[in-house]
Amino acid sequence: MENIAAKLLWTFLGLLIVLNWGMLKTSLIRKIVARVGGRYGIRWYQPWINLIKLYGTRGQLSHGVMFYLGPVFRIAGGIGLFLFMPLIFGDPRWSNFAFAGDLILLLYFKFFGMLGMALGAGEGGHPYSAIGVSRGLSQYTAVEIPFTLGIIALAVQYDTLSLTEMVAAQQGGIANWTIVTNPIASAALLFSMLGIFMHAPFDLVKAPNEIPIGPPTEYHASYLGVLRTNAAILHITEAILFMNLLFGGANNWIELIIKTFLIYFITVFIGVVFPRFRIEQSVRFFFGVPLILGLLAIILIM
Amino acid sequence: MSEETKHNNQPENTEETNKFPKAHLQKRTVYSPDGEKIEVDPLQDYYLQDRPERRDPRYRAVEKFLNWARSESLWILGFGTGCGSIELPPLTTPRFDAFRFGIAMRPTPRQSNLFIISGYLSIKTLKRAIRSYEQMPDPKYVVALGSCTINGGMYFDSYNTINRLDKYMPVDVYIAGCMPRPEALIAGFNKLKQKIKEGRAEGANEYVQRFDEYKANQKQIIKDWNMPDYNW
Amino acid sequence: MKEILERINQQFNCIGHEFQPENLSWVQVDKKQLVPLLSYLKHTEKFTHFVLLTAVDWIENNEFQLNYLLTNHTLHQDIAIRVMISRDEAEMETAHHLWQQIATYQREIYEMYGIDFPSSPRVHESFLLEGWDGIPPMRREFDTKKYSEETFFPRPRPEGKDPQTHMKQKLYPNEE
Repeated sequence: MENIAAKLLWTFLGLLIVLNWGMLKTSLIRKIVARVGGRYGIRWYQPWINLIKLYGTRGQLSHGVMFYLGPVFRIAGGIGLFLFMPLIFGDPRWSNFAFAGDLILLLYFKFFGMLGMALGAGEGGHPYSAIGVSRGLSQYTAVEIPFTLGIIALAVQYDTLSLTEMVAAQQGGIANWTIVTNPIASAALLFSMLGIFMHAPFDLVKAPNEIPIGPPTEYHASYLGVLRTNAAILHITEAILFMNLLFGGANNWIELIIKTFLIYFITVFIGVVFPRFRIEQSVRFFFGVPLILGLLAIILIM
Repeated sequence: MSEETKHNNQPENTEETNKFPKAHLQKRTVYSPDGEKIEVDPLQDYYLQDRPERRDPRYRAVEKFLNWARSESLWILGFGTGCGSIELPPLTTPRFDAFRFGIAMRPTPRQSNLFIISGYLSIKTLKRAIRSYEQMPDPKYVVALGSCTINGGMYFDSYNTINRLDKYMPVDVYIAGCMPRPEALIAGFNKLKQKIKEGRAEGANEYVQRFDEYKANQKQIIKDWNMPDYNW
Repeated sequence: MKEILERINQQFNCIGHEFQPENLSWVQVDKKQLVPLLSYLKHTEKFTHFVLLTAVDWIENNEFQLNYLLTNHTLHQDIAIRVMISRDEAEMETAHHLWQQIATYQREIYEMYGIDFPSSPRVHESFLLEGWDGIPPMRREFDTKKYSEETFFPRPRPEGKDPQTHMKQKLYPNEE
């Protein structure tokens, strides 16, 4: 694309669509879970009202520069991940700024957000925030192991580090998807997907009961609004990443919406069945079967 | 001299007059590893020591929209002060389902904007409730549950429980009963939502306006005052 | 149960005993013999479960009464030991070397009645009441209603709205 301004405009439009779809997906999932439990559930437009209320709080206090920068880092990580993610295959308008070798950059951007949040939460003035931060980071480190091994296996299989080429190799029917052609690496990646989404059973860091000893204790008003906005963008973008890696990418927006919804639904299915894992249990879990699957995937590819 | 007194927000019960001194809350001098002398006062809040100020709404149209949003998303602080807090979990069961009204329970006062005082308040709990109430960001609302907050209720002649809640913090809605049923609670929430939408629920500003009066009442009851004057 | 009571009667100087429904009996002893009796009951008679320790204020006789309740789970029997202490010098020997949880009961009794248990751990720390500087509130000379009306701000009853007459008129309007 010659015109950088037009490209920025299309990227911004894609960001708006992804943001709104993320918030709608949150309320839809909660509504489905509530209906299964016999309740009516929250209204479908509730996340927007929450955001308006949070941004409209009058009294807000800050604990210093690093506290202010925590959510800023997090949303920088989220938007950065979105900027380099190709959304729709075959359409150069919606491919954002994807380039050859962007897979490694994506790995960096995902971790960047957590680190910024850790620095900011430690400044909160709450004595137990550091405990929550160390717990969250250790769980995330354990999750990254099968993730990285699976990605390396896929990179060797498709002989490229560019997401667009990986999606191109998966076109032409379900039999070409990575899930079918490389089931072991897909299994390792699906295990790590549970941990990356931080939905139950790995949601100890973000659960409301655990918040008083967690990172987001002191974040209120606009800070919390920024964190929630980032959550909406980040979940959809990660689902798009897994869609591009494992499920053949999307050719138009309808396919993208359906596929990301179903991918997120896998985690919800597993989440309603299992209780919450403690951090040492989840670290031990990720060092067990997912690590073996990841190593097996690399050995078989060689 | 006026500068000092403006920022000098020490509690009135200093070590000389406080009859209940605690060893770990006294002012002391600490020497850092470099030999530097540091004065430490555990009761002083190093980030903010000023009195709170009024925050009035500015534009009516914007405020109407924001009030509608605030009333449709009430986040309750999960602090059960008395026996009335047993009526809060039934609200989340399928029979009454408070989530469809936008009500959620949050664990920290920083993220909530509704404080439900459920039942009686002993002196110990009043101290912690004031601390939690002052840490909530503006705008904040208080709902008083049960008859113990109105005139003392069942414990009107007790040496340890307060009789009237609105001497210590501003209250928006009273819900009578001992204990009120969940249907009464939902009716109370509807009344609170109406009050917020009309713009009459400015409890935080009223607290700031009558700050000295509330503080004098609180300090008269709570003799063991070991917190700053205003807990940011 | 009667054999146990006879054995206790032989060793300690019991002032009186009575039976209530079949598995609860009362024994009253002197103040100095309480801790040896508790130790004997715990180690020899296997009353190993300590249930509670409460106090009663007999202001007419100018004395306090302490009740210790123990349980034997093999025989399913309870025994209660009653001790009378003078009200002017309210002090009692501590028994927390037998059961550690007695320390908590003794803290509560010190705060509420003023009965001192010297050498009990942390007995003088404020436990239930923070910032209390009056007389121990469960003593019968303490008028709690008067204290509540003076300290806390009672709400005056609105005029002409007595609940009794109002409900009577509402429910039974035809009666006189």
